[in-house]
Amino acid sequence: MIRRAILKAVAVPGYQVPFGSREMPLPPGWGTGGLQVTASILGRDDRLKVIDQGADDTTNAVSIRDFFAKVADVTTTERTAEATIIQTRHRIPERALTEDQIIVFQVPQPEPLRRFIPEETVARKIHAFARYGIMYVRLYEDISQLGQVAMSSDYPVIVNGRYLASPSPIPKFDNPKLHRSRALAIFGAGRERRIHAIPPFTDVKSLDFADYPFTVQRFEACCSLCGAQDSYLDEILLDDRGRRAFVCSDTAYCAERRGERTEA
Amino acid sequence: MITSIKGGEAAIAASHRLLAKRRRGNPAVADIGVNQIREQLSLAVDRVMSEGSLYDPALAALAIKQAEGDLTEAIYLLRAFRTTLARFGYAEPIDTAAMVVRRRIATTHKDVPGGQLLGPTYDYTHRILDVALLGEAGSDDLSDLVDGGDGTNEGDSSDPAPDAVALALTRDCGVLARADLVEEPRSDGEEKVADITRDPVVFPSRRDERLQALARGDEGFLMGLCYSSMRGYGRNHPFVAELRYGDAAVVLTIPELDIPVGIGTLRVTECQTVHLTTGDGSLPPRYTRGYGLVFGHGERKALSMAIVDRSLRSAELGERVAYPAQDDEFVLSHSDSVAASGLVQHLKLPHYVDFQAEMQMLDQMRAEHAARREKPSSETIPELDRTPEVDCAD
Repeated sequence: MIRRAILKAVAVPGYQVPFGSREMPLPPGWGTGGLQVTASILGRDDRLKVIDQGADDTTNAVSIRDFFAKVADVTTTERTAEATIIQTRHRIPERALTEDQIIVFQVPQPEPLRRFIPEETVARKIHAFARYGIMYVRLYEDISQLGQVAMSSDYPVIVNGRYLASPSPIPKFDNPKLHRSRALAIFGAGRERRIHAIPPFTDVKSLDFADYPFTVQRFEACCSLCGAQDSYLDEILLDDRGRRAFVCSDTAYCAERRGERTEA
Repeated sequence: MITSIKGGEAAIAASHRLLAKRRRGNPAVADIGVNQIREQLSLAVDRVMSEGSLYDPALAALAIKQAEGDLTEAIYLLRAFRTTLARFGYAEPIDTAAMVVRRRIATTHKDVPGGQLLGPTYDYTHRILDVALLGEAGSDDLSDLVDGGDGTNEGDSSDPAPDAVALALTRDCGVLARADLVEEPRSDGEEKVADITRDPVVFPSRRDERLQALARGDEGFLMGLCYSSMRGYGRNHPFVAELRYGDAAVVLTIPELDIPVGIGTLRVTECQTVHLTTGDGSLPPRYTRGYGLVFGHGERKALSMAIVDRSLRSAELGERVAYPAQDDEFVLSHSDSVAASGLVQHLKLPHYVDFQAEMQMLDQMRAEHAARREKPSSETIPELDRTPEVDCAD
């Protein structure tokens, strides 16, 4: 059932396919969509990497990785290049993905229109007619009132020139990585019971205006561990007086740059 | 045969005996002790204390036993007892900065001053039934974690436990300390804090009244409202800036002595959320706060409370109030499980007098409806361009 939903999602890029989400050994909202997608595509020869906020060592990532190691007896890895399946929450790894990889997103809210249209029935009609003017109005209002679009993550995209889609709450920094990505991206929203996908080499355009182009976050700092200037950074609060430091959110990328061999 | 729902004394007495029999269950199975409930169903005890507004683990456990585990009923039992107690004073606001922290997370940053402390949580357990618990006790040796040395668990907060970590936290840690980004907390002020158990809430409500009502509010209802506001019915995107669970001292100034005296500790869960607020242009865009505090370990409730608290500040912050979770009257009037349960369940009381009255009216209306239908329709439907005739003489 989930595999059929995935096939349909791949066949209609960006379209949200309803599926009968099941109760998982995690609470809905903690990655049950990703868990179900991963479980349905995982094979004997796969190597699974699980990240949360970019990191392999955060509690939820550790918990999900342990779960698959236990119930599926699958090989796990922290190294992006070695993984065949990467389940992620909130980040796309810094290292470019390949055509041999699948990235599975845990999605809290697959409906990009939910921000201002709470009713599912209305949102479905808008998708059917591809009348996304309301989203552009939202962007316009933000720019005119606040000087910029007040969406820093889960920044809406148009997939394959047709469907408006939510890239899940990745920072918009990661949006360009979706454009013509070599890896298949599957988005599983367990609580909301939807799966959508972006097949490899598909056009993904972040919404913008000709005279107000889409831009990503830029950091003044670099990683205080590896010195990277091109990665997304986590702020570390050093004290309550405002002293801060920044480190790579992608722990595997940071470790690799520092020449560390992480455990396979 | 004529049956009646009149309850004679005998019927009520028999009903109570049946209830007692069911409460006891199979007599071959050992009777459950109040201490067992207090120690082993401590999260249920915490919820009953919290929504029952009375910090007494033993009485809350008793209420749970008496109510056969029906928590709403247990909350009612506890509140009914509470209202008989003399009010001999008001404690100082508890200082949660001085809390002996058992669990503490802040999800806005990977690392925060004071550190993250996972503590006891189901969050990272895999929800797979543990058949080992079918047996008597778990086989893990937990003696290195024994609280207080006397084997008592969450119910007894008299002694800071060795497994708790006394962290030097400030009230506003992490991102909350960023006064440039996050709105200032309200000052304690000298104004007398409302007591909604004595004075009714009037609308529009004040925040102290709202926080009290939310603390007593039904967890499920508040969570549902909080969920609705997160899913889109009142766009509300929170971050957990601080979630603490631990023991806080209660200090009371005793009039006869006129000095503040520590009279015990409360185990509480405190939650502070921050919400991106662009506002109406009068203030710079910033994070605004939501606040939740409950007795015992109740993270789901404390979080829901904080998010609904922020949601109810919509009007104050210049947001359009369009959805239930933003409407103080809607939320506060319907969040109390004892009140809600009472009205819903009163439907089981006899209603034959008012039902009879309604049925008579219905018969009359049906007769008039039938009479209208018998006449040709052209005469009964008034023309749009004609003022309806009013014929009082008929």
